[in-house]
Amino acid sequence: MKLLEELQDGKTTSRAATETCVARARALDSTLHAFLHLDKSAPERASQRDTSSLPLAGLPIAVKDVLMVEGMPATCGSKILEGFMPPFTATAVKKLQDAGAIVIGKTNTDEFAMGSSTENSAYVTTRNPWNTDRVPGGSSGGSAAAVAAGIVPAALGTDTGGSIRQPASYCGISGIKPTYGRVSRYGLAAYGSSLDSVGVLGRSVDDLVPLFEQMVGKDPLDATTVNPPDIRVSVPSDGTINGIKIGVPAEYFVTGIQAEVEGRVREAIGMLETLGAEIIPINLPHTEYALPVYYILAPAEASANLARYDGIRYTPRESEKSLEDVYRQTRGKRFGAEVERRIMLGTYALSAGYYDAYYGQAQKVRTLIRRDFEKAFERVDAIAAPIAPTTAFEVGKHGDDPISMYLEDIFTLPANLAGVPGLAIPVGFDGDKMPVGMQLMGAPFSEENLFAIGRSYQGATDWHEMKPEIAK
Amino acid sequence: MSLKIEEVQHIAKLAKLDLSDEVLARYREQLSDILAHIEKLNELDTSGISPMANAVRGASPLRADETRPSLPTEKLLQNAPDAEDGQFKVPAVFGEKKK
Repeated sequence: MKLLEELQDGKTTSRAATETCVARARALDSTLHAFLHLDKSAPERASQRDTSSLPLAGLPIAVKDVLMVEGMPATCGSKILEGFMPPFTATAVKKLQDAGAIVIGKTNTDEFAMGSSTENSAYVTTRNPWNTDRVPGGSSGGSAAAVAAGIVPAALGTDTGGSIRQPASYCGISGIKPTYGRVSRYGLAAYGSSLDSVGVLGRSVDDLVPLFEQMVGKDPLDATTVNPPDIRVSVPSDGTINGIKIGVPAEYFVTGIQAEVEGRVREAIGMLETLGAEIIPINLPHTEYALPVYYILAPAEASANLARYDGIRYTPRESEKSLEDVYRQTRGKRFGAEVERRIMLGTYALSAGYYDAYYGQAQKVRTLIRRDFEKAFERVDAIAAPIAPTTAFEVGKHGDDPISMYLEDIFTLPANLAGVPGLAIPVGFDGDKMPVGMQLMGAPFSEENLFAIGRSYQGATDWHEMKPEIAK
Repeated sequence: MSLKIEEVQHIAKLAKLDLSDEVLARYREQLSDILAHIEKLNELDTSGISPMANAVRGASPLRADETRPSLPTEKLLQNAPDAEDGQFKVPAVFGEKKK
């Protein structure tokens, strides 16, 4: 990462770099609305601490507003947490701060990360830096827009069903959704706990790696984290991918996919082949079941996780009439429509008489989806596929039609259900000059392989160097 | 799959959401549509398939049961809409009026 090298070489200071980022955020945010909170005192904080010898050397970053950062408000894009000040910092953020990173602010998100466009944020809709009539994707749309517009070199996001990879794709940048259990979820407002993962968005793979390396590892505060038992590094890191086997799943090239998206992804796969990779057609037969499985499991987990927003422990409270009224009115008035729909869907799926038919069946089909991936990774080192069926759509396009919005996620959900890592990289543009992305999925704990393949691709192409007008 | 309005009212009650009749009617339609999509799962024969509860591989190791410091009470109460004597304060739980 260029800025990190400059900081390490003493060519710039953390204060100066942070000042530049904050100034850019102030100049652009009335157009982009990427931030829910911008800390204007960040440069001063940067100057108070000598971070020059630390791995991240005072690097300014932004953090999605579903992750807790002590000293900054955390709204999760929801009115139910209006004014909430977290009393602790998320492990992933804390590790980056300990390594010298400076958090300049909190980025916009769909409410509790439920959405694919940031339109479900209770505060504001973020705009795509490539075309401000379009969405940046979501739910980590604020982080993606902030990186694409050159406000920060990297930002944290979260991915429960595609929320890092899809906005990275829509904004023409790179993003890593790590293996489930590789990065601590402590201090992340829980949505779907068996699916949630914390990752990084940056312009290129080289921008992701320094942050990723600091974030990973076992955390006593998240019992699902592990130190990887067997990191499978089968791809050399010297930039060559000779003989690396890359699977291309037929199920990801289906009717309904925008022709230019398919075209750019196939060209990118062709480039990987030119670079020496062996391209192998594969099947992930249960792909079409990922959407219904996800929309049982994620809402079921959400309905339990969001029970904590009860008007008692967190700001604010509606009604003082009775305890029941505190619950019902605070939640009824303060949650947005998509959150209410998912809570109700999950409550229904878990309710007496329906549990086995919905939740039980979905958990079994999830096993089948994971087995698809296990079988595939016996044959290939990585899987290359589109991220979303279309490029960034216009603000308001999906209106109040939840299903059409859910369909944006059909290619990203399987990796979350299987718990495998996914790397998003930009691979070109459509006819409207909107970016197209491709994802590389790998076996559990094989992020290093994905980075190596991504670096090899980015060494041979310059899509990751393209910047929207607003960033120039 | 079509939910009855009584079912939607029941779900809202279970989920402790106070919603207007208009919103309930809209959710009835939308949730029915979503459930119709989900019916697709019934195409698959899953007899003999074990359910996958999470993506953790292998057995979750147990941690030692040791006391460790927690956040101070004042910090945890700083966001409470109402608190007294180091505790969260709520309207009376018992003696609520029947609706």
